[in-house]
Amino acid sequence: MPAITLTINNDLISARQGQTLLEVAREHGIEIPTLCHLDGLEAMGGCRLCLVELQGSSRPVPSCVTRAAEGMVVTTHSDKLVEYRKMLVELLLAERTHTCSICVQNNNCELQTLAAKLGIDHVRFDYLNQQLPMDASRERFALDHNRCVLCLRCVRVCDAVEGAHTWDVRGRGSTSRIVADLDRPWGTSTSCTDCGKCVQLCPTGALFKKGATVGEMRKERSFLNRILERRRLAAQGGTP
Amino acid sequence: MSRLRLATAWLGGCSGCHMSFLDLGEQLIEISDALELVYGPLVDAKEFPEEVDVALIEGAVANFENLELLQQIRNRSKLLISFGDCAITGNVTSLRNFFSVDDLLTAVYHAGPGSAPRSDEADQVLPELLPRVLPLHQVVEVDAYIPGCPPDPERIMAALSALLQGQTVQLSEEQRTFG
Ligand code: SF4
Ligand code: SF4
Ligand code: SF4
Ligand code: FES
Repeated sequence: MPAITLTINNDLISARQGQTLLEVAREHGIEIPTLCHLDGLEAMGGCRLCLVELQGSSRPVPSCVTRAAEGMVVTTHSDKLVEYRKMLVELLLAERTHTCSICVQNNNCELQTLAAKLGIDHVRFDYLNQQLPMDASRERFALDHNRCVLCLRCVRVCDAVEGAHTWDVRGRGSTSRIVADLDRPWGTSTSCTDCGKCVQLCPTGALFKKGATVGEMRKERSFLNRILERRRLAAQGGTP
Repeated sequence: MSRLRLATAWLGGCSGCHMSFLDLGEQLIEISDALELVYGPLVDAKEFPEEVDVALIEGAVANFENLELLQQIRNRSKLLISFGDCAITGNVTSLRNFFSVDDLLTAVYHAGPGSAPRSDEADQVLPELLPRVLPLHQVVEVDAYIPGCPPDPERIMAALSALLQGQTVQLSEEQRTFG
């Protein structure tokens, strides 16, 4: 793969053609926060936490969907970017009802961890206090819309890895909701195979195993790498 | 050196944050020479005193009584600290924001057994509820935050130690999580 050279935070860095800025940064030990991104799933550019500044561009760009190019000058951690990231997470916390203390994923939640990491000790915005429904119609799993951050990891893993494409999104902006099978109760979905992949990949307590009580839900994600690695080997004609 | 005049108050919360404060245990004795507890559920002062150095406030602002006390505390304290998730985010206390005050009172006092007074009559015996539960910083200026439900004693101690040394409260990443 042809090599390119770019500047990240004043350091000259070499990268391979086709890599995203996020990949290049992480390869060089620069930690950019992400929420919708998960290695192995197609990048979406939805949450905007991975924003970076590009010289010559009037607005920041999401590094998970921006390819590195020769001569780029990138800043990953300016005061402005840090402030934007804080604001984004505060808005997420204000939009739905994240009552961590009574959440199945308390202490194991990516949103909670991200907030602490970014230095958020309170939210400057008014809480919307939207009372959103919970879908507990499926036998083994449940969906609590109050905790959903619309990262769409569930949608992507169900489509691209499980191949069932049970999940989709309805509505726009803050009225968006995850829906199963063209918007019916998850329990009546005929496409869902009950594999639980979406549950394990969900960063918050939005998708969880029934019966889990406060702080009990821990997610297991290593299956994703295993499946993708076997597929890669199979595609190469190796033994899966 | 004069002792730090500390007050604690309990607004719309469950007292769990104060229990966690008591969980400081022997450390409370160690810092007692440097601290004077001048107000709170743990001491018998009827009125919030003047010239308080630090006020730790548990619970969200849920009714008019909370609101008045909080404003008084703000006027009489140098530093006001949101103590616990209810004070910072509304937390459990604010789950009632899903309902109107009227629906809430009906559900709590009438839908089940019992015959609590309604409407105007209720206002005379129950503290009058605010339309929405609010976190402290949406009502008064807040100087520092100790998140957690409840914040564990280590967080409280980290904050108090900083204050006793005249520093601002800055909790580490691990000590900053909600929940
Ligand atoms: S999903 Fe649960 S643990 Fe995570 S931020 Fe929301 S309420 Fe807190
Ligand atoms: S349910 Fe979970 S995985 Fe799906 S969009 Fe919401 S937060 Fe993301
Ligand atoms: S933060 Fe938790 S422990 Fe403290 S008053 Fe609220 S519910 Fe109780
Ligand atoms: S991680 Fe890049 S936009 Fe979400």
